[in-house]
Amino acid sequence: MKRLMIGNEAIARGAYEAGATVAAAYPGTPSTEIVSSFAEFDDVYAEWSPNEKVALEVGIGASIGGARTLVAMKHVGVNVAADPLYTFAYTGVNGGLVLISADDPGMHSSQNEQDNRGYGRFAKIPVLEPSDSQEALEFCKMGFDISEKFDTPVMLRITTRLAHSQTMVEVGSKQEYEIKGYKKNAAKYVMLPANARARHVEVEKRMLELKEYAESSEINWVELADTSIGIITSGVPYQYVKEAMPGVSILKLGMVNPLPETLIKEFAQKVDRLLIIEELEPVIEDQIKSWGIQVEGKELFSLLGEYSPELIEKVLKGVNNEDRYGLVKEIPGRPPLLCPGCPHRGVFYTLRKMRLMVAGDIGCYTLGALSPLDGMDTTICMGASIGTAMGMEKARGEEFAEKMVAVIGDSTFVHSGITPLIDIVYNQGTSTVLILDNDTTAMTGHQEHPATGKTITNQPTRKLDLVALVKSIGIENVQVVDPLKLDELQNALKEELARREPSVIIAKRPCALIETKPSGVKYYVDPELCTGCKICIRIGCTGINFLDEERIAVMNDNNCAGCGLCPQICKFDAIKVLEV
Amino acid sequence: MSKQVTDILIVGVGGQGTLLTSRILADVAVQMGYDVKVSEVHGMAQRGGSVVTQVRYGKKVYSPIIKKGDADILLAFEKLEAARWLDYLKPDGMVIINDERVDPLPVMSGKVKYPEDIVDRIQNLVPNTRLINATEIARQCGNTRAANVVLVGVLAAVASLPVQEMKNAIQTLVPEKAIEINLKAFEEGMGVIAS
Repeated sequence: MKRLMIGNEAIARGAYEAGATVAAAYPGTPSTEIVSSFAEFDDVYAEWSPNEKVALEVGIGASIGGARTLVAMKHVGVNVAADPLYTFAYTGVNGGLVLISADDPGMHSSQNEQDNRGYGRFAKIPVLEPSDSQEALEFCKMGFDISEKFDTPVMLRITTRLAHSQTMVEVGSKQEYEIKGYKKNAAKYVMLPANARARHVEVEKRMLELKEYAESSEINWVELADTSIGIITSGVPYQYVKEAMPGVSILKLGMVNPLPETLIKEFAQKVDRLLIIEELEPVIEDQIKSWGIQVEGKELFSLLGEYSPELIEKVLKGVNNEDRYGLVKEIPGRPPLLCPGCPHRGVFYTLRKMRLMVAGDIGCYTLGALSPLDGMDTTICMGASIGTAMGMEKARGEEFAEKMVAVIGDSTFVHSGITPLIDIVYNQGTSTVLILDNDTTAMTGHQEHPATGKTITNQPTRKLDLVALVKSIGIENVQVVDPLKLDELQNALKEELARREPSVIIAKRPCALIETKPSGVKYYVDPELCTGCKICIRIGCTGINFLDEERIAVMNDNNCAGCGLCPQICKFDAIKVLEV
Repeated sequence: MSKQVTDILIVGVGGQGTLLTSRILADVAVQMGYDVKVSEVHGMAQRGGSVVTQVRYGKKVYSPIIKKGDADILLAFEKLEAARWLDYLKPDGMVIINDERVDPLPVMSGKVKYPEDIVDRIQNLVPNTRLINATEIARQCGNTRAANVVLVGVLAAVASLPVQEMKNAIQTLVPEKAIEINLKAFEEGMGVIAS
């Protein structure tokens, strides 16, 4: 029977049906549910790795060890894993390996919208792109066969819209897969220059074979109809084309690297006008144009953001339903914000109050950059805060470092904050690093990590001791504070910033969404004492509102988590505990 | 061309429970034998941002997202969000608005004012607009958090969805201890339209 599945769940199912027994990932929207779903199957091993490079390396080991292996990450995670990926493309596999790259056109939850189909061309590996959950399951299974047949890692490239859309899936049964034998083969797996030169020959040979495969594989198909327009497309945009342009001829590519040149040329000859509809980069278009074929692509469609059926109708049919009611411009935006009770809020309030330069990082706490907290100067990538702070210090001097902190979450610190911290110690920086330890990977939906002491399947494991870790690196000044106690936090910051030595402050308090015990404390605003100064409103909490007419603040009991932050901020002691 | 697919856009503020509503609806559409696609929002926007879930069902559905000007029903968990997504409604479509105000950051920080007359303006633009105090109805049922299921009841009534299948879906998808309150919330939601 068919059932609804998000793309990510279908991929996990596909890997399971293909007989995969090992999976590794670091959580990252929109990829997270792939390996968390896979972990729920019996008789498989799944892990949250500390970062994507480790995840892929674990995957490589499992593949060389003979198991079919699934590795998943968001698009920018592939950057972290790029080093092993490029060389694994040379060694090839033993057990098949499928690497999921979950791209995020439109940046629903990302810092850039890079198009990872480019990795396929650059690393010379096949790239498959499904357009719904059923294809996600089937292409994932096919990916393992292709991986073993052509001795290559296979990238399954998906986008947010595929990852998080539920569509109907007919599941299959689990294929019996016997783990492949392991035999030492240094010429294949030890990438010394002499061996790598020989492997590069194999890589180029393989790409030619894959091109042949792409010409005849059922993964690419032609839907010939009205030949006045022919559209080449892949992934979810295929569905948009079907929706917006019924009746046109379509060449639907399931494999986007390498491209089936002959199939494309034949299709081009059959249609009067040839179009390419692909989100983000002109990956397919540039190749087709290089073959001397006349085709329209990015002249018509944007390099930016996510496509939609209405975008295609607008460009090709001139239909425009933008702001039909004239309301949109007047509607205030609703950016995401820190939750009521979030332990990060007081940190950014304090950093702003102390007028510090803040080198930020990636996580829920990046929301501290938004107004009204405005508490961040830089955010680049996972782990960048600490190296960025070091660079600012070396550029502007130690005095500047007294007014600057690096801010990084616990999961992000484990991901890629440790090596830059070693750099600060080694190269005699004096920066202060604030680790916001909320005991989870919060933004992606509360995954475990090495410092939570639990595995992906919630089993207890050795808990990484962050204090012992930073001390062992050579940080002598380490303080652990409660970020909901603003005085404690501010004093620790003052003390450590004044020191001409590197320091780490760990602001430790669980995420408000996993702390199951409510504080039980309720607050009210004393209207006699409230002066309407709005300082409590400037912490950006939905637990407290401002009444414009009365010019006073008032608690919003539906939202207030009772964290006790706003009473510490009010200068007139107007926010009081409600005695019940 | 008559529409072959029913398009329902569910909008609100991250954390209001739009996902549960769309899952109940999708479950029912599957039980009815339709092809179904649902587009969800995960990640950053779930932290109090504007969220949209799109449910499409019919004989054959291609795109998981609804075109502007195509939605049969716009179900808004918050008033401002109804206005934000109004362009997605088809000309003779229906808007169901929960009478709930959640101030977004720019309003909270005093940069802009919440447009107080927003429901009136929507009603002037779209005659087929229903304002429902789902939070209050849910409170009477025993828990304000069941407001989303009150709205499911409203939806079931206006979209003529099969009641027993709806109840089955609610029983499958809500936590066991909340089933009774949610079934009551569903019935009350249906009753709002009947009355």
